Amino acid sequence: MEATTPVDARTLREANAFLCLECGKCTSSCVVARYNRSYSPRRLISQALGGGRLPTANELSICLTCMACDERCPSGVHFVDLIRELRRATYGAEFAGNCSHGGAMQSLMKLMTADELNQERLGWVTEDLKITDQGEVAFFAGCAPYFDAFFTELEVDTLAGVKGAVKMLNALGLEPVLAPDERCCGHDLLWGGDVANFERLARKNVELLKARGVKAVIFNCPECYYTFKADYAKVVGTLPFKVKHISEVVAERAGELNFVDDEGEKVTFQDPCRLARFAGVVEAPRQVLAAAGVELAEMARSGKGAVCCAGNGWLNCDRFSKEVQLERLREARATGAATLVTACPKCEIHLRCAMNDPNLGDEIKMEMRDLTSAVASRLNGESKEVKASSTEEK
Amino acid sequence: MTPPKGKSAAAEAETKAPAKKAKARKKGAATASAKATAQKAPPARRARAKKAASAQGTRRVEKPAREGFIPRIVVFACNWCSYAGADTAGVSRIQYSPHFRIIRVMCSGRVHPAFILRAFELGADGVLVSGCHFGDCHYIFGNERAVEQFEKTKALLKILGVEEGRIRLEWISAAEGVKFARVIDEFVEQVRALGPSKLAPPERELPQKAEAFADVAALAK
Repeated sequence: MEATTPVDARTLREANAFLCLECGKCTSSCVVARYNRSYSPRRLISQALGGGRLPTANELSICLTCMACDERCPSGVHFVDLIRELRRATYGAEFAGNCSHGGAMQSLMKLMTADELNQERLGWVTEDLKITDQGEVAFFAGCAPYFDAFFTELEVDTLAGVKGAVKMLNALGLEPVLAPDERCCGHDLLWGGDVANFERLARKNVELLKARGVKAVIFNCPECYYTFKADYAKVVGTLPFKVKHISEVVAERAGELNFVDDEGEKVTFQDPCRLARFAGVVEAPRQVLAAAGVELAEMARSGKGAVCCAGNGWLNCDRFSKEVQLERLREARATGAATLVTACPKCEIHLRCAMNDPNLGDEIKMEMRDLTSAVASRLNGESKEVKASSTEEK
Repeated sequence: MTPPKGKSAAAEAETKAPAKKAKARKKGAATASAKATAQKAPPARRARAKKAASAQGTRRVEKPAREGFIPRIVVFACNWCSYAGADTAGVSRIQYSPHFRIIRVMCSGRVHPAFILRAFELGADGVLVSGCHFGDCHYIFGNERAVEQFEKTKALLKILGVEEGRIRLEWISAAEGVKFARVIDEFVEQVRALGPSKLAPPERELPQKAEAFADVAALAK
């Protein structure tokens, strides 16, 4: 399906597209373009600038929105913003996306916009985790319960990350509010162009957290974190609470935590795009790993230059995505680490899926864990603070 | 409410008759029941039914008004067994509830959680998946895959807080027209008791048919 409407000037101006030098750094840094030779961010921009055609629906859904191009652009062109705006502008007409998983994830998110929803999303909370109903600090669990129910054949355990995060908050003496009626943050709807439903979710989430008297919200999923931080304000105005990623919270107060002394295993870290490039949180996860005594072997490309897991908001998954994932897994294996640690449930899902390639067997197989579950498993009983407060009570 | 598609005209007339306990009926019995309905209906309705029947030159009987909630039910039926089972129910002139839309799939194993979630997203109150009995699958093990997919959907809907009674998995063979009618009747009553789905978007927001399947049509291009 070929869309022919020219991109309007306002969209181009807002994305700084007029500053484009046509140097092609975007295309050379694009992981998709390395494999998919018909895809080129530079060409898409120059065509749009020439008053030419819009990117086709397929080209729009191919972009991973990983922001590697924006990071390298010498003139500050926001290619991902342009893609997002074009997805929004053409949503429903030209752009529907080739939604992966049959669109199940999009359906789930849209179902969560219903006014009356009686979710049972706290089934994973075990007795050793201390949570509360009303309070100042909340923990936003995100879609992990749904992921674990949906990706059973991949044996993903994204809930382990959520549990690890709550365990660490408990160790820091915090009993977070866990809202049973929490909705999806709407990140994938927003990036897929469905802004109307995203706004519904944003309003509902802010309302329900506000109703519980929350002053700060802590996230484990980088996508939820970045969406709250950057995109919710556009819908609801200034947020009535602060937002923080769990790695930032733990890095700040790592001194209060007691970790086991033995030598930790050697791991490598996959930076999620929403955490490293979008939110700029690069050091905090590394500080947390160091505090826990885990040895980190960096991949050739890490931090803001990390390679995306090639899953883009459940919009598209093709053979090029698989190539990107294989490249990344080979890079991770080359570090000599036994475990690949990530901070995003989607990285875990997509890379685990790639590991199932039957032709490659053990060549790319690796243990995978969420940052918080890897760190929480090294917690040594109770933290200093908890011990101190319990003696005070006596 | 339109009757399920792909049925003979006789079956269509039958499904418009009131839902009664499903029993295989012969032609004569069906006519008798139609007469009985016309007598039971209120005078105005009876006159209208008579008029409609004479206008079309058939013994078509209007569906009596049903009080209350009429559920929207989507049925995914496999091509080889259950869809043929629905046909059997039709040609056997079995009377059963017309409150369902049947979608033919090649195999019940094709019914991905996305299908069922999408049905709820588009305002379904209940979803029934029906395939061949174990050992009868045209693709040997497709129905075993159907169980896996269905369990996954069940888990997702449980977290989402959807009542378990809104989805059902059944095995109906091509010969089991009676069973098909019984299952539909049971399921319609079960969903009716649960009431409208809370996940359904407001009526005004429900996409029109052409709109709802625009993306499917785009794929077919």
